[in-house]
Amino acid sequence: MIRVVIAELRKLRRPTLLLGTIATVGGLSALFTSIIFLMIDSENGNGERGERISPAELSNSMGLVYGFKLVGVFLGIVALCIFASQTAQEYSLGTLRNLLVRQPSRMKLLAGKFIAMKLFALVMVLFAGALSVAISFALAGRAKVDTSSWSSSGAMQLLFENTLNIFISTLCFGAFGMILGLLLRSPISAIAVGVLWSLILENILGALIKSTAKWLPGANFQNIGAGGNLDLSYKHSLAISALYLIISGGLAAVLFKRRDVAN
Amino acid sequence: MEKIEKIAISASDLTKIYGERAALSHGNFIVPEGSICGFVGPNGSGKTTTIRMLLGLIEPSGGTATVLGESISHPEKYLPYVGAMIEGPAFYPALSGRENLKVLAELGGFPLSRVDQLLEKVDLADRGGSKFKTYSLGMKQRLGIAAALLPNPKLLILDEPTNGLDPSGIQEVRGIIRELADSGTTVFVSSHILSELEMICEYLVMLREGKVIFSGRTQELLSGQKPIIIAKPEYEVDLTNLAKKLSDSGFNISIVEGTLHIDAAQEASAAINRLAFESGITLASISVVLPTLEETFFEMTGDNK
Repeated sequence: MIRVVIAELRKLRRPTLLLGTIATVGGLSALFTSIIFLMIDSENGNGERGERISPAELSNSMGLVYGFKLVGVFLGIVALCIFASQTAQEYSLGTLRNLLVRQPSRMKLLAGKFIAMKLFALVMVLFAGALSVAISFALAGRAKVDTSSWSSSGAMQLLFENTLNIFISTLCFGAFGMILGLLLRSPISAIAVGVLWSLILENILGALIKSTAKWLPGANFQNIGAGGNLDLSYKHSLAISALYLIISGGLAAVLFKRRDVAN
Repeated sequence: MEKIEKIAISASDLTKIYGERAALSHGNFIVPEGSICGFVGPNGSGKTTTIRMLLGLIEPSGGTATVLGESISHPEKYLPYVGAMIEGPAFYPALSGRENLKVLAELGGFPLSRVDQLLEKVDLADRGGSKFKTYSLGMKQRLGIAAALLPNPKLLILDEPTNGLDPSGIQEVRGIIRELADSGTTVFVSSHILSELEMICEYLVMLREGKVIFSGRTQELLSGQKPIIIAKPEYEVDLTNLAKKLSDSGFNISIVEGTLHIDAAQEASAAINRLAFESGITLASISVVLPTLEETFFEMTGDNK
């Protein structure tokens, strides 16, 4: 399987994809982190959904990861798009037949692809996190935020936990994208369905029938990245996400293993 | 005693059914090891379906087949020794030709040093660094052949390898195939350029509407066809006269572009020549022609459009 991972990484590190992704997540990370610090005095708020985060709140250890947490869900959407396109393009380009001739074990091919994309997602998350932390330090003085507690062991612990949560959340979104890619076999359809569902349909559904929000995949993936909230516990989201991914992933894997490669 | 040949591919009642349509129905054929075997048939006759089954890409609905002595239900046992190009070259457009080959080399566990050797072999060394999407059809085809050669294959399966190639490209591919066959590689090649196949293939498998209508030596197929004797009188005015004389003597004849085409075995040449002489007609030429593979193919498949 290691051969599949190495081959897949060669495709993932092509400049257009790698630099494009780095630029996108870097831009998002810089944007969301900067807003928190640059709009600290704004009456419209500087946090999520118009929330106001004061310099005092940012001065505690949590201030170090505020920006990074905000960008978390978007990292998930970026991962969804990459995983979906990298999987579905093998069908649309006709390259799957080449891959299967060189690696006939379909499960190894699938697992190798997923591991390679996981590594890619890890780089993406670490880069976004590092940039957010750097920007936070750079803008803290201007926003009159005391950063002395940001280097405490508690802050480091928070940084580690949030990075892990955002990575798990990103992987959930990515796996969802990969499953859509396998099922729909078209990059455009897989990305469109994934993004539409996660960003629009789930929100509409959650707003119309409040009780559904607890059980929707995107909301739970997102909640893992946020480390849980008052309405939805972290453990609940982990369990629901795992359930969704195991069932749909299992179905997609069985289809991938059995389906004829006729294009 | 006939030499016992080793078998590279053997299909026994191999069948693939899509809905109610049989893409391949009870296909039986063999491809001897070390041979160049042509795989011919009109579009939609089941060639690509058969190739895909042999490569483990689609599952047969019935029957069995072996490749390099292993059942096609275990493609992992023989695919490391098989090179294939199916239905044209498919690569990642944003990667260079070299990078595309490296992806496949890494996947198959082949040394990366082979990549540049193969780019050289297919005359793409100077364009190896260019993105695949910038390649011409012929260059894409050559890259596909290079990819098929990555494993240093014991069996090479090529589906229409000369598509999009110019005459010199076709000649190069023919050279590569011959060179591989000389070194003991079995080549199973489908092409619609039958004159090409006739030049290089010792064996043929012929399909029509999902059925194998011939499997064996090319020579056996062609020699089984009725030869034609082509006679041309010195003076064109004698053409109808000679045609009448031959027809009266029981020959089945037709006039084609100033020549007489006579359905008869080679042994009849002397009789025809004598008959013309006795009628006071001098023949400018007389020759025995076997039908080409193309003519035979059209006759057997009934597809002469």
